Amino acid sequence: MEIYLYIALFAPLAGSLFSALFGASPKTSVTGIVASGLLFISFVSSAILLNYVMMGHTVHVEMMTWIAAGDLYIPFGFVVDQVSVVMMMVVSVVSTVVHIYSVGYMDHDKGFNRFFSYLSAFVFSMMVLVMSDNFLGLFIGWEGVGLCSWLLIGFWYHKESATWAANEAFIMNRIADLAMLIGIFIVYWNIGSLQYDVVFSQIANLPMPIITWIGIFLFIGAMGKSAQFPLHTWLADAMEGPTPVSALIHAATMVTAGVYLVVRANPIYSLIPEVGTVIASLGAFVAMFAATMALVNRDMKRIIAYSTLSQLGYMFVAAGLGAYWVALFHLMAHAFFKALLFLGAGNVMHAMHDELDPFKMGGLKKPMKWTWILMTLASVALAGIYPLAGFFSKDLILEVAFVEQHYVLYTVLLLTAGLTAFYSFRLVALIFNGDERHLEHGIHPHEAYNFMLYAMAPLGLLAVIAGMVFKTPYYEMVTHLLPALEYHIHNHTTFWIMTIGTQLFVIAAIAYAYKKYAKAVKVDKKVESGFFYQLLYNQYYIPKLYDELFSKPYRELSRIAWKQIDLKIVDATVDGIANVIYRTGEKTHTMQNGNLSSMLRWMVIGLVVLLVLAVAFTVGYNAVTMRAM
Amino acid sequence: MEITLAHYLVLSGVLFSIGLIGVMRRKNLLMLFFATEILLNATNIGFAAIAHYHGDLTGQMFAFFVIAIAASEVAVGLGLLIVWYKRTGKIDLDIMTSMRG
Amino acid sequence: MFEAIAFYLFAALTIAMFTITVMTSQALYALTAMAAGMIFISAFFFILGADFLGVIQIIVYTGAVMALYAFGMMFFDTTRTVVEKRDNPRVIFILGVLAATLVVFILVSPIISTHIEANYPINAAMGNSETIGLILFTKFLVPFEIAAVMLLVAMIAGIVLAGKKMDKSLTLMAEEEIALMSATQAKPETEEGAH
Repeated sequence: MEIYLYIALFAPLAGSLFSALFGASPKTSVTGIVASGLLFISFVSSAILLNYVMMGHTVHVEMMTWIAAGDLYIPFGFVVDQVSVVMMMVVSVVSTVVHIYSVGYMDHDKGFNRFFSYLSAFVFSMMVLVMSDNFLGLFIGWEGVGLCSWLLIGFWYHKESATWAANEAFIMNRIADLAMLIGIFIVYWNIGSLQYDVVFSQIANLPMPIITWIGIFLFIGAMGKSAQFPLHTWLADAMEGPTPVSALIHAATMVTAGVYLVVRANPIYSLIPEVGTVIASLGAFVAMFAATMALVNRDMKRIIAYSTLSQLGYMFVAAGLGAYWVALFHLMAHAFFKALLFLGAGNVMHAMHDELDPFKMGGLKKPMKWTWILMTLASVALAGIYPLAGFFSKDLILEVAFVEQHYVLYTVLLLTAGLTAFYSFRLVALIFNGDERHLEHGIHPHEAYNFMLYAMAPLGLLAVIAGMVFKTPYYEMVTHLLPALEYHIHNHTTFWIMTIGTQLFVIAAIAYAYKKYAKAVKVDKKVESGFFYQLLYNQYYIPKLYDELFSKPYRELSRIAWKQIDLKIVDATVDGIANVIYRTGEKTHTMQNGNLSSMLRWMVIGLVVLLVLAVAFTVGYNAVTMRAM
Repeated sequence: MEITLAHYLVLSGVLFSIGLIGVMRRKNLLMLFFATEILLNATNIGFAAIAHYHGDLTGQMFAFFVIAIAASEVAVGLGLLIVWYKRTGKIDLDIMTSMRG
Repeated sequence: MFEAIAFYLFAALTIAMFTITVMTSQALYALTAMAAGMIFISAFFFILGADFLGVIQIIVYTGAVMALYAFGMMFFDTTRTVVEKRDNPRVIFILGVLAATLVVFILVSPIISTHIEANYPINAAMGNSETIGLILFTKFLVPFEIAAVMLLVAMIAGIVLAGKKMDKSLTLMAEEEIALMSATQAKPETEEGAH
């Protein structure tokens, strides 16, 4: 079984290195095909491992010693257990689909080979992240995905907005990673090991404040990666990257790494329910907060990004309330339908020549039938309509909140579910229904390549069946490792009222969205100039606030450092040295007049100077030795 | 009145300085050679004196080799001087400025 | 006492001779004073018991080197007073005096006179020439041979350099011929300088 582990782990790396070989040369389709093929192999290996794990085994290997210094011993260890295998499946399925899709999507891009090199490197980093058996390996993967995310957001580096977004994402993640690193240090300081099994078996012996601090610091790390408030602004800006990147990294895999970390560290978080409550509250807040921003946004990809943010909030609610398996389940289901949604958006973008404003689209149902079907499926799944994936995972979170008697959280999440349905179908309605507004702009949309649609089909299938089919076997498998908590509302009447009520509420939201946006789009000036609309449209003015609070003072500080310190001190020093040397040369080059006589005179002057030095040193030396005696 | 090593060394130093003055002051190449001969001879006195006062022959050996060097220097230097004179008709130092920096 | 008289006498003579050498504007005077100075220096060698060195000094310097200079001077027009352009002679004298003072200070100060052991002690039983011969052909054989090779090389170099165009005698040639010859020879030089 170990061999499958290594294949699953290193196949993406091989793909990345292979593509990197052609990185500087113009497009060669072979890189995309090879990278996709290797990822498919990785997927098959993951599937075999899943089968193996389902039978109740786990695989744990230690590839080689990594750090051995004093008491510190950290191997390159990998573990495939019930949790990591789920992540592996999610990562390999979505990344395989996205790779195949990208072959079509990036068809006309100059950086085709480079793109696949980065994308496969990302998958490798993600695999390291989820498969590592210790915190440091996880951290390496964590940084690796951060790096690849930076590379891919800034993939079109000639666009200033793209590089800006890439740097923003990278810097925000660094802030969070620092906290995470501190958390890891505290773990090592108190336990003396970073292996999961050692840490989790000994964590209960530590004093309560230390566990709390570990939990808090690790969660701050998770907040950065999963773009939770207040570190959320980078995710929406990260949409500057190519759409397959958004689908893979900023919807399905990397941003869920934070959730994975909390799920993985569940023995720590079970000990500190207060922190869990905070996490859940923050999650609920972000769910609502992001959903409201998505309501009014006019950028297709940003709407989906906010929806991702909102769903991550849901996952954190589940994880914070101790329902780790529910969080992981929603992570999986969400990965499928959100990636599908993004890929559909990618098709639309291609058809619309990179137009992102859904108000300039409309009536695409006819030319892009399959994209319409897939995106509608994904949106239905996202809204949580029975029997699609979202129903099983998202409504489960609502039930968790209800059963745990966090009624405020429940209400917030319920409202958010309605908002989710509304903005999802607002988007779908605007894009696919109504007048063909795009014709004014002289755009004639066309459907994407067939193979791209075929590549998306598995995700569509998964979005439909993931909840229904996978729930039971998944539950049986992961509860070997995660706390097996069943969330049932014991009163049958309450259960049915809740379920049907939620469904009706969501359907009503969908219907309202269709009614409002499916036909002609009426721009209501009064609403748009209203306070709330402006507040939401400007993302609660948080980016502006950050700009005022951090960026501008920092820029001012840098400017001062540049003008005052760099130019006046550092540069002046360097220039001064150069000037002194230059002037000395200017003054003394007359010495080299080629006249032997004057050269001899200089020689004698040098001799006299040396003699003076000799006398001075001798006298000084004698004086010192005399005193010493 | 005892003549000590210091007397000889001082004499050597004085002669050396005379040589230095000559080296600096002469613009005629031939005269410059004379001055260098003075320099070499001044050191020779010093060597011989040290050899005498320390009872060690190394000083004399050095003086011996210095004379050999002086002889070869004269041979080569004079040869170059003659070539130079044949080409330019002058042996003035001030016209030798082809190595101007 | 005799030694002291001899030392001061010869010291005065040597300094005088060398001063003339350095100061005179007549090449012939300089040469003669130089030769005299060399011979006076050999007197110091005799006083110091370095008989062999003294003899060498007379033979090599006054015999060979001075003769070489004398021959060399036949190429040049030595009857003419050498006109030398002098610029700030004061600097030269200050430097010379300063150097002298410093050297004297260093030599007189007692740092070098201590801690010296004789590697090759002077054997009183043997004569100076004998001892020198012994050491020169044992301990200093390699330097001696190198010096010999160097002298040979110098001799060849001297002959080659000075001996070119020996067939043309400047003294027997007419003035015009010399001017023509030096003009043709000076030509490539000026061309070179033009680069």
